[in-house]
Amino acid sequence: RTQTLLKEYKERDKSNVFRDKRFGEYNSSMSPEEKMMKRFALEQQRHHEKKSIYNLNEDEELTHYGQSLADIEKHNDIVDSDSDAEDRGALSAELTAAHFGGGGGLLHKKTQQEGEEQGQAKSRKELIEELIAKSKQEKRERQAQREDALELTEKLDQDWKEIQTLLSHKTPKAENRDKKEKPKPDAYDMMVRELGFEMKAQPSNRMKTEAELAKEEQERLKKLEAERLRRMLGKDEDENVKKPKHTSADDLNDGFMLDKDDRRLLSYKDGKMNVEEDGQEEQSKEASDPESNEEEGDSSGREDTEESDSPESHSDLESNIESEEENEKPAEEQQQAPGRGLTSGKERAGKAARDELPYMFAAPESYEELRSLLLGRSMEEQLLVVERIQKCNHPSLAEGNKAKLEKLFGFLLEYVGDLATDDPPDLRVIDKLVVHLYNLCQMFPGSASDAVRFVLRDAMHEMEEVIETKGRATLPGLDVLVYLKITRLLFPTSDFWHPVVTPALVCLSQLLTKCPILSLQDVVKGLFVCCLFLEYVALSQRFIPELINFLLGILYIATPNKASQGSTLVHPFRALGKNSELLVVSDREDVATWQQSSLSLRWASGLRAPTSTEANHIRLSCLAVGLALLKRCVLMYGSLPSFHAIMGPLRALLTDHLADCSHPQELQELCQSTLTEMESQKQLCRPLTCEKSKPVPLKLFTPRLVMNSQPQVIHPPWPSNYRCEPQHPAKKVIFVKVVML
Amino acid sequence: MEREPGAAGVRRALGRRLEAVLASRSEANAVFDILAVLQSEDQEEIQEAVRTCSRLFGALLERGELFVGQLPSEEMVMTGSRGAARKYKVWMRHRYHSCGNRLGELLGHPSFQVKELALGALMKFVQLEGAHPLEKPKWEGNYLFPRELFKLVVGGLLSPEEDQSLLLSQFREYLDYDDTRYHTMQAAVQAVARVTGQHPEVPPAFWNNTFTLLSAVSLPRQEPTVSSFYVKRTELRDTWKVAHLKEHRKAFQTMWLSFLKHKLPLSLYKKVLLITHDTILPQLAQPSLMIDFLTRACDLGGALSLLALNGLFILIHKHNLEYPDFYRKLYGLLDPSVFHVKYRARFFHLADLFLSSSHLPAYLVAAFAKRLARLALTAPPEALLMVLPFICNLLRRHPACRVLVAGAWGSCPLTALLPQALQRHYHPEVSKAASVINQALSVPEVSIAPLLELTAYEIFERDLKKKGSEPVPLEFIPAQGLLGRPGELCAQHFTLS
Repeated sequence: RTQTLLKEYKERDKSNVFRDKRFGEYNSSMSPEEKMMKRFALEQQRHHEKKSIYNLNEDEELTHYGQSLADIEKHNDIVDSDSDAEDRGALSAELTAAHFGGGGGLLHKKTQQEGEEQGQAKSRKELIEELIAKSKQEKRERQAQREDALELTEKLDQDWKEIQTLLSHKTPKAENRDKKEKPKPDAYDMMVRELGFEMKAQPSNRMKTEAELAKEEQERLKKLEAERLRRMLGKDEDENVKKPKHTSADDLNDGFMLDKDDRRLLSYKDGKMNVEEDGQEEQSKEASDPESNEEEGDSSGREDTEESDSPESHSDLESNIESEEENEKPAEEQQQAPGRGLTSGKERAGKAARDELPYMFAAPESYEELRSLLLGRSMEEQLLVVERIQKCNHPSLAEGNKAKLEKLFGFLLEYVGDLATDDPPDLRVIDKLVVHLYNLCQMFPGSASDAVRFVLRDAMHEMEEVIETKGRATLPGLDVLVYLKITRLLFPTSDFWHPVVTPALVCLSQLLTKCPILSLQDVVKGLFVCCLFLEYVALSQRFIPELINFLLGILYIATPNKASQGSTLVHPFRALGKNSELLVVSDREDVATWQQSSLSLRWASGLRAPTSTEANHIRLSCLAVGLALLKRCVLMYGSLPSFHAIMGPLRALLTDHLADCSHPQELQELCQSTLTEMESQKQLCRPLTCEKSKPVPLKLFTPRLVMNSQPQVIHPPWPSNYRCEPQHPAKKVIFVKVVML
Repeated sequence: MEREPGAAGVRRALGRRLEAVLASRSEANAVFDILAVLQSEDQEEIQEAVRTCSRLFGALLERGELFVGQLPSEEMVMTGSRGAARKYKVWMRHRYHSCGNRLGELLGHPSFQVKELALGALMKFVQLEGAHPLEKPKWEGNYLFPRELFKLVVGGLLSPEEDQSLLLSQFREYLDYDDTRYHTMQAAVQAVARVTGQHPEVPPAFWNNTFTLLSAVSLPRQEPTVSSFYVKRTELRDTWKVAHLKEHRKAFQTMWLSFLKHKLPLSLYKKVLLITHDTILPQLAQPSLMIDFLTRACDLGGALSLLALNGLFILIHKHNLEYPDFYRKLYGLLDPSVFHVKYRARFFHLADLFLSSSHLPAYLVAAFAKRLARLALTAPPEALLMVLPFICNLLRRHPACRVLVAGAWGSCPLTALLPQALQRHYHPEVSKAASVINQALSVPEVSIAPLLELTAYEIFERDLKKKGSEPVPLEFIPAQGLLGRPGELCAQHFTLS
């Protein structure tokens, strides 16, 4: 109004003198064509000067002048500097035409406009009013339209969000929470949409064929392997620039992605059971397998467990809401539990023990809490409890769940340690819990690695204290061995440097060097450590001096002292004394009855007074394992340049073993084959021996030129020398350089 | 002697006797009562008796009521016709003598309080007897010291039967005085000679006591301006041996050599060797006389040899000793256990010192480098982190030895191969340290001092603290069970049942 009506009002009683300053208006020597051209050029110039500061695109448009209507419109707009800013660019050609009573080109219009303004001041008012009304109406319309569009897009967005959850199964939880704040959509709407989206969702999620899945898996593994190789060689050791992590493979890194993965797998479940090789699937399988076994031939056992899973997958939204409510109102938990029980209500009534297990578990806040949850339950129940804790506290379900599960990893680790130190150790449960540990570790690498480092530090600290007070340590309990093994399972051990694995390697080394072997039990433990050590370096093929020493020691204590004299032994073994013949078996009968068998990890936690025959059999088994490991070393280190220097003492002892024919047949053969292997390496390593170190480049002494404002005066340092040989100009040059240095 | 019950009663009774004896010569026989209590079984009574004796004879010495000069036998004097005063003095001197002997015995009493008191009393007598000598000076300004009494003290301290370390630590304070120190050294030589003469198999307790005493002796670094004497002297004469540091040094040397010439227990060898280089050697008049002992120790092997070599090195380095076998012996110490022994840090510290000269022949250094490289194949990581720079330093110091690495002799030498094996060591730092040998060795030497004391635990802690910034890489092969997949080693050789 201020710009239109007020203007009118102000101008009402004024008799202005209108001075025509248009270029060449009164110059009759110019043809109208020329005038037009000139004017336009001026116009362009002025417009260019004014606008180009703000609008960089203007330039481009200038070059397009006259080509399109849009351009013309724009020019038009600029010319009408008094028109409404809001209407800028929207003033249609039609409008201008109406205003100026039509007219041909752009420039005509302009001249006409001015002419009209001069001539018909009265009718113009009406015209303008009309025009204003028109434009206002148009404005309103446009506004309405925009609002409509906005509303529509908003609606669309909302819809999309919901579709999205169903389509790709992305954290419906988070969405749900958002929804809570908004007014609740009424049930009918929701249902309609759900139905609609469900139908739409199906086709978009085409099931991959078996071949495709396999290929994907293969590619994933390939990528991971390449990544592993890179870390093994320590390529990025010094580089600070880290490549982005292999997210595609480790999409379990955060709860969000994992959740997606999880769901996808669940939806596949109906169709395909055994193609999956993903961790999540493995877990549910592992967990459900013992259950089905437990159900003694109950054929529907497997189905049951699936069914108890599947409702969750079908009614994602529902169950999520449910559990959310539960989280909010723990009091209702008891009521909800039977409700959940309904879903698995098809189970046989007879399985009372399982039915008694609650379905909801709060994540334990302390280790004692977890322990009380698990203690006294059967293995299957323990696993179920752990599984349910994880399911009920999935990070996608509530805010604090991530921290809870992170803690759970630490507690489980502690629990595993406790199980291993029990007498007898409950290795079967540990065996199964390892899978859970793996999955949790995949979810929370940071906190899991911290937890593992913590238990390792504990173990080492304990050992260090013993060493400080007694001067030597004893091999630690089974728990430490189990921890080290778990480290192997959770982290890639072939990395050049790894925050968890590298300390673990030092720990293994300590076990092999600081702890004297005092009993058969120690031998078993030691051999397990050797096995682990070799597994750690299986891919990187790195060299372990301690291991060679230890195997040498094992061979030594399996040889009668008088036969093994002359070989040098390294700590922790002693050449003479009580334990220097620990593995010697002198009973012929026991040798004859021995059957090759694996060592039991239980023996590491304590041998309960074996009979002499049993003990002798264990001795022979230990020796067999020792020899097998030695053979492995021979194969692995065959390419080392100093292979024979390393294996020399071992070879001597092996020959002794062969000479002593008291060993059983299998062992003799093992000795023989190892020895042959060793000797065959000889030829292999010959050509390798002439490896030259790379030539050291000579240091080049480039003179360091110091930019000095004052001219440098060169003083000859050895005048006598210099004077002696003035005939060598080269000397002089060198000398000058030196001085400048 | 009438007895009142309890220690207080004894004290009162003894006090009365003491007063009586000191008051009148006619009551002299009460001394027997006092001396009788010294023989008592009861510890408290003995203590009272020791105190009383100390006061009694202390007073008598100060009064000059003891016979001075060569002591005649008791019977002779008693039957003789000399004056009563002389008889009394001789008789009392005999009581003093028996009291001293008994106090010497009490130095071996099971109770430490008794020992301590007896020592205190004896040293008081030494002081007083020195001030009021019981022998006539042979000439004007003759230096007199109660040697016999002091011998008794040192003899009691160097007991062959029991450990006197506690009492010896009490005795230390007397070693601050020039005269007591000097006479202790002399008395110790006599005691060692006496005991080794008496016992065919000298008990280790004696050696330990002797060592404790000997190691407590420490000479002043320079000639002191004012001598401090335990026995108060009115004048200080230049003719007295005790006033000269040189004489002290001689005595010191005699003392140690007379001790070290015997076959000592192994544990003592170690203790002696540990103080050899900084306590014994610098104070000897002729340090090179230690060579016998050091060579003997050198042949004992292990840590002892190393310590002996340290002593020998000082002799060679500072005292121009010729010892051609030195490096051969050092080489002999290099066996695989050298990386596992407790004295590893000391060994390599010394080896670094021994091999620091750039004038050593190249073949010798090469031999050491080669040997060390070979031994490195059995070493734990903490030792490797130290020994690899050590080898590099050797090669830096002796450029002639680089042929060992460079392979200029046609075939590739062992020394080059061994670090190559270690370049594939499982620990990243070791692997890096091993690859240094391949690089230009022109850079200045790396000090191995901070690496000497490195323990595996420290490496472990360091590795734990070092945190990568990227997310922790994870194993991508899912875990199936504790022992891993069927093909893996653990699963092959171990079962859970």
